[in-house]
Amino acid sequence: MALIPTPSQTVGPYFTIGSTRGNCDCLAAPGVAGKHIVIAGRVVDGDGAGVPDSLLETWQANSYGKYAHPEDTQDKPIEPGFRGYGRIPTDDDGKFCFSTIQPGAVPGPDGQPQAPHIAVSIFARGLMRRLVTRIYFPDEAANETDFALSRVEPQRRGTLIARKVPGQDVQFEWNVVLQGAGETVFFDC
Amino acid sequence: MAGIPGYRRTVPGQQPINAYSGYVSSHKRAPSQPLIDLPHTLSEITGPTFEDFPDDPKAADLISGRGGTAIGERIVVTGRVRDEDGRPVRRTLVELWQANAGGRYRHLVDQRPDVPLDPNFEGCGHTLTDAEGRYRFVTIRPGEYPWHNHHNAWRPAHIHFSVFGPAFATRLVTQMYFPGDPLLPFDPIYNSTADEEARTRLISAFDWETTIPNTALGYRFDIVLSGRDRTPMEL
Repeated sequence: MALIPTPSQTVGPYFTIGSTRGNCDCLAAPGVAGKHIVIAGRVVDGDGAGVPDSLLETWQANSYGKYAHPEDTQDKPIEPGFRGYGRIPTDDDGKFCFSTIQPGAVPGPDGQPQAPHIAVSIFARGLMRRLVTRIYFPDEAANETDFALSRVEPQRRGTLIARKVPGQDVQFEWNVVLQGAGETVFFDC
Repeated sequence: MAGIPGYRRTVPGQQPINAYSGYVSSHKRAPSQPLIDLPHTLSEITGPTFEDFPDDPKAADLISGRGGTAIGERIVVTGRVRDEDGRPVRRTLVELWQANAGGRYRHLVDQRPDVPLDPNFEGCGHTLTDAEGRYRFVTIRPGEYPWHNHHNAWRPAHIHFSVFGPAFATRLVTQMYFPGDPLLPFDPIYNSTADEEARTRLISAFDWETTIPNTALGYRFDIVLSGRDRTPMEL
């Protein structure tokens, strides 16, 4: 007989006591293959105010499109200096910033490649369960056919796609709107 | 990769809803749009692993971690992390954080001069589960504390738990409560899960087996993470 899963509860306002040691906003060692990038943004609430007590966790493949996990059985290399996991708390103004490498494409359902993306969990006081979303990249032809983006109404897809910072090749902006106008798309995961 | 086995989805009522009106902090933070269903792919069935994570037994002892001895009623908190099918979740990271015996957190946001910090209590720890999914912490029973959610609002005594499990899809942050706490019926965070059987999973059980004579009471808190839709062939 199946056991009932333990319900989620909010991280509350004091999670940094427990999470700080595990924080990681620099995901890739210098020699890791691929395009080294920086993603910065802000988490805002329904009034547009920055959310200072939230935490982002990110999970991604390396530049070859390989996850450092035993269930990824693709014949692609794993890299010693890249685990693929990030944990980034927001600052007093709700801002966050992390550096990583641009992930490669990983397979989706039916074996078709998904567009390169980073899986994101958002925890905060006020959220009883984490919110799950994704970061995609601009100028990727594969975004047009990506199976997850295709599930989203066209006018909301932009909330999942990072913007290139003008004049910068490796810097991206991606914001999280928890509620209201321009609300970020969140997935049931 | 066709037909990849995902993790089971939430049964309505067995997990809390984010837009829970009794919890004031959710009013401006809970999304207003429905969540979009996302079938699990390789991105969701993988996640950070802890095979190479250093074992640090001191990190599971919150009482003597700062040199002296923390003030409060000493307790031992143990449990097993399993999936819905009862299979142990081995070598996963379990983190916890909590208030001190007076109900105060060692955190900049918790500034109450009338409730002192304990110089010997940090309030956080971590450990890895063993091959049977078991974990064990030694700590002090946290105090109840007031908060601003509504008039005369008090949080029941609780310990925050963070567990990863084998995949991005199994990530869980929760809170453990104590049996018989009179504040539980009034706490919107505890009551945000509608299903009573699921909700009571959050209450630890007093446990003679782990109680240490003359030293510390034992509490058992078992954690259940999402199980697989179906068993992957190689597992």
